[in-house]
Amino acid sequence: MSARRDFALICFIALGLIGFALPLGGGSAWTAHGLSAFLWALALGIAAWLVILPPAIGVATGLALVATVVAAFVPLRLIGAGAGGVDAPGLWCAVLALGFLAWRAMERLATFGHETGSKAANLAVPALFGAWLLYLWQVITQGFAIPPVLLPAPSMIGHALVEAQRTLAEDFVQTFVKSVIPGYLMGCAAGFVVAILVDRSPFLQRGLLPVGNLVSALPIVGVAPIMVMWFGFDWQSKAAVVVIMTFFPMLVNTIAGLAATSHIERDLMRTYAASYGQTMVSVRLPAAMPFIFNALKINSTLALIGAIVAEFFGTPILGMGFRISTEVGRMNISMVWATIAVAAVAGSAFYGLLALLERRFTFWHPSFRQRA
Amino acid sequence: MRTEALPRPRAAEDGLVARLVAGSTLPILTIAAAVVLIWYVAAIFLNAPVLRDSYERAGRAGVTTQELIADAWAMERPILPAPHQVAFELNKTVFQIDPTSRRSLVYHAWVTLSSALLGFAMGALLGIVLAVGIVHVRTLERSLMPWIIASQTIPILAIAPMIIVVLAAVGIVGLVPKAFISAYLCFFPVTIGMVKGLTSPEPIQLDLMRTYSASTGQTFFMLRWPSALPYLFASLKVAVALAVVGAIVGELPTGAQAGIGARLLAGSYYGQTIQIWAALIGAAVLAGLSVALVGLVERITLRHMGARP
Repeated sequence: MSARRDFALICFIALGLIGFALPLGGGSAWTAHGLSAFLWALALGIAAWLVILPPAIGVATGLALVATVVAAFVPLRLIGAGAGGVDAPGLWCAVLALGFLAWRAMERLATFGHETGSKAANLAVPALFGAWLLYLWQVITQGFAIPPVLLPAPSMIGHALVEAQRTLAEDFVQTFVKSVIPGYLMGCAAGFVVAILVDRSPFLQRGLLPVGNLVSALPIVGVAPIMVMWFGFDWQSKAAVVVIMTFFPMLVNTIAGLAATSHIERDLMRTYAASYGQTMVSVRLPAAMPFIFNALKINSTLALIGAIVAEFFGTPILGMGFRISTEVGRMNISMVWATIAVAAVAGSAFYGLLALLERRFTFWHPSFRQRA
Repeated sequence: MRTEALPRPRAAEDGLVARLVAGSTLPILTIAAAVVLIWYVAAIFLNAPVLRDSYERAGRAGVTTQELIADAWAMERPILPAPHQVAFELNKTVFQIDPTSRRSLVYHAWVTLSSALLGFAMGALLGIVLAVGIVHVRTLERSLMPWIIASQTIPILAIAPMIIVVLAAVGIVGLVPKAFISAYLCFFPVTIGMVKGLTSPEPIQLDLMRTYSASTGQTFFMLRWPSALPYLFASLKVAVALAVVGAIVGELPTGAQAGIGARLLAGSYYGQTIQIWAALIGAAVLAGLSVALVGLVERITLRHMGARP
């Protein structure tokens, strides 16, 4: 570990010491917060140890993490005790210093994960980054006393999540289970089937491919009001929007995927005297899999967006889009963010599931080969 | 790796008809004609029930099918307007009305386009900066990349109205909030494409730069950036279409003031289906033109860099 690499830790120590000297706002100083000052000093001490006598990478990573967690408590405690605002340079200096420390911990962890190939460490890096963002959000909204109408703190959103569990669950069922999933399945299936049907006609393909590409780039969410007009307020209209949004990406990708086999592979099948159907099932469909999964993944986010936007144009009194638009009207922003959190988690889980399936079914693809 | 499924026979040697069949013009025209045909037929079937009701109320019996079809294609507020009705509406709102008037579609398209372009510029810049950081700092790659992917599972289009309302409460109104939404949608394809593009140089090329003792900056500007440009333009085309979508959705909650989104919303409030369809076609043309514009810039830039057409 060269000296240059510890730049972040030195920044942490320097800023941390400066922070110690500055006032905390609200007329209080560090001397009034004994435990916080002690924890801060502890983190500074660990950092100093890491700079002066760098231990082995495993120990250093662990210590950097411990220092980060210990130091992270300090601004939270200080804000809880009434510090904050623009007249608290000491606090914000400490938060800035904490940023350097967290960065260093992430860097350590990334190096550790890279060197040992540890899966846990590789997962911990983005987790730590996400936690840091949430933490920053919390500290800033609370420290500057930002009105919850503008941006609620994560703790308030968490509170709303727990408080309104039932409503959120009902909205989730209405939007995700009733609208997104049927629409997604129908749209993807329709795109796939049409692609297979036109496979025998290069003429139709040459016509459909550019048209499909064009339509994929169009603002299809715009049909939402029309669909609501046609299919009524319940889930059918949302599913219809989702079908239209997911159809074209699937069509285009499947057509491209079916064309992905090379001559040599198809010639081989011909020498086996394989029929059209056999070639399709044993060569061309497997070769199209990466393309199909690509479409499935693109569609997973499109579907959720389509359903939620369609709910703005009229719903029964349920659904995520309905919840977002009404709670905005009632200025109950933490509930809006709670709904967004549910949507984000559902979307990520959906995407993650598809990514897992993709890995399972297209393990042979070059993009999944072990990186050396 | 073009294959049998999409053959491109030698067109130059054949006659005009053969060239049309072999190229993609005729297939596209066929598909377009089929779409228009299906549209007309669908217009009859979707509008017929409403018409029959009105005939009954008016006490008109024995309406012939021909009359029904003619009426279905000429309704005031149809369930599905016929293509020529939309075309007339487009002609009226685009060419007949002064472009500065609030009743002109050109005016609304310009409002949407300006915020889409602002957002596109911000998003593309952010995307490139993120990609450069990710390529050069491993910690960023490890920590940021998963969150960039997760960021797109947040249905930003769905929360766009809230962002507009909240920003309006802080005093930020006009183009900028809509541009933020466009930027949020735009940066993702640019980041992903640029990370791929900036890492596309082969190890042997990077090694050559090292033997020249090139600095990181020199490697970036002489090797990585030029080899990333094709990826950049591919992403920019996706991004500019997304920017238009973002701007349109951003206009929905502003109370139908101006823009294509406002036209959609106003049309859906007052049941003006022809206006909705005209706005939709307008949006499609807008997105198509922006993509074509980026394509043009791409061709000029790549030719300037010595790429073969």
